[in-house]
Amino acid sequence: MTEVIIVREDRMIRSMTVQAGQRTDMVLIVMPGLSTDIRFDIRLDGEGAEANVYGAYLCGSDERVKISVDMYHNEPHCNSRQLFKGIAGGTSRVDFYGKIIVAQDAQKTEAYQENHNILLSDNAKVDTKPQLEIYADDVKCSHGATIGRLNEEEQFYMRSRGITLEDAKVLQMISFLAPVLENIPESEREDISAQIETAVRNINL
Amino acid sequence: MANDILLKIEGLRASVEDKEILKGVDLTIRKGEIHAVMGPNGAGKSTLSAVLAGKPQFTVTAGTVEFLGQDLLAMSPEERAWAGIFLSFQYPVEIPGVTITNFMKTAVNAHRAGKGLEPLKAGDFLKLMREKMAFVQMKPEFAKREVNVGFSGGEKKRNEIFQMAMLDPTLAILDETDSGLDVDALRIVASGVNALHTPDKAAIVITHYQRLLDYIVPDVVHVLKDGKIVKTAGKELVAEIEEKGYDNL
Repeated sequence: MTEVIIVREDRMIRSMTVQAGQRTDMVLIVMPGLSTDIRFDIRLDGEGAEANVYGAYLCGSDERVKISVDMYHNEPHCNSRQLFKGIAGGTSRVDFYGKIIVAQDAQKTEAYQENHNILLSDNAKVDTKPQLEIYADDVKCSHGATIGRLNEEEQFYMRSRGITLEDAKVLQMISFLAPVLENIPESEREDISAQIETAVRNINL
Repeated sequence: MANDILLKIEGLRASVEDKEILKGVDLTIRKGEIHAVMGPNGAGKSTLSAVLAGKPQFTVTAGTVEFLGQDLLAMSPEERAWAGIFLSFQYPVEIPGVTITNFMKTAVNAHRAGKGLEPLKAGDFLKLMREKMAFVQMKPEFAKREVNVGFSGGEKKRNEIFQMAMLDPTLAILDETDSGLDVDALRIVASGVNALHTPDKAAIVITHYQRLLDYIVPDVVHVLKDGKIVKTAGKELVAEIEEKGYDNL
């Protein structure tokens, strides 16, 4: 069962261990207005353990959001996936620090980590540092990070169809976040998506 | 008659990144007319369509454009769309993550809001979608596809005409709608445009080649060269261009 965490604390430290054959799924959401320091370390400590961590963060004013994830692959045949996507506007500042550590014995590891960001203003700042530390030789690992802006060609196309600039931006931001949000269990998805749409609309103004 | 005038362009000059592309364009379009704008590459054809639709990257430096008596240049792109202008893009833009259904629902309801109308009921909207998709022979499953993502050239252009059918514009501007189309797609697109044309509406067909004008027959043909309209005549001009080329006009 996927755990959905809407972060309320200004500091959140979590350490968890996933045993052989077990799986953990998490979706982390940081709504606008919250400055927070999130540190996760996840240890895949038994063969075939799996961890999937998704995150979305929305910063529209002067938030400071720090997210740090250490993913330890300690045993063979473990899988992990991390996908963090965020929007930074105003004078907000985001620091993303993610590391995948694959131990020497952890052969047949599959580990992926992605961090994508949209900057809404010249005064917002995103720092992203994805890292890999791999001591095994038979693994599939990748990481990637991007920082971009909302695409103006898309905006003009939508506006030429009568969609207001504001609605166009909301559509762009929601579709940008969708790969994270679609991991929210169906029973909660509609409610949380509606909250996020409202939040995004307010950022935009 | 003056009140037949839909669009009146006078002395229009426009530039992009300080490079002047349109160097004084005059063009008057009346209700019921189809105008072809032909010209060599780099003449400013696409710039003209982008400026009429309000693309922010272009700067109008001189001239006026009136659409149904309103100052078009003072309007945002979305206001122009609500007023009845539609641009069919030469290169329709891909919008990952946004489905055609969601895109069109937002667009149709924005038009309605612009006219002070309530959003369309979900059932009525889907009925309209199905009807207009069938009109350009788009398969119903396209409704769930992301806008233009992974579409073939022909599918993209049919999607443009589908959107045109949904929004029912007064002035359609078709920018190089024939580029990248095979003959079958060209027929579908052209017959779509013809079917949407009524005596109250008008269209500007921008094209490099004669081919599309075999299917969408213009009333007036203009040649745009180096940012100016250098020749205007009836549809017989198309054959003349085909024969002599643009250099010898």
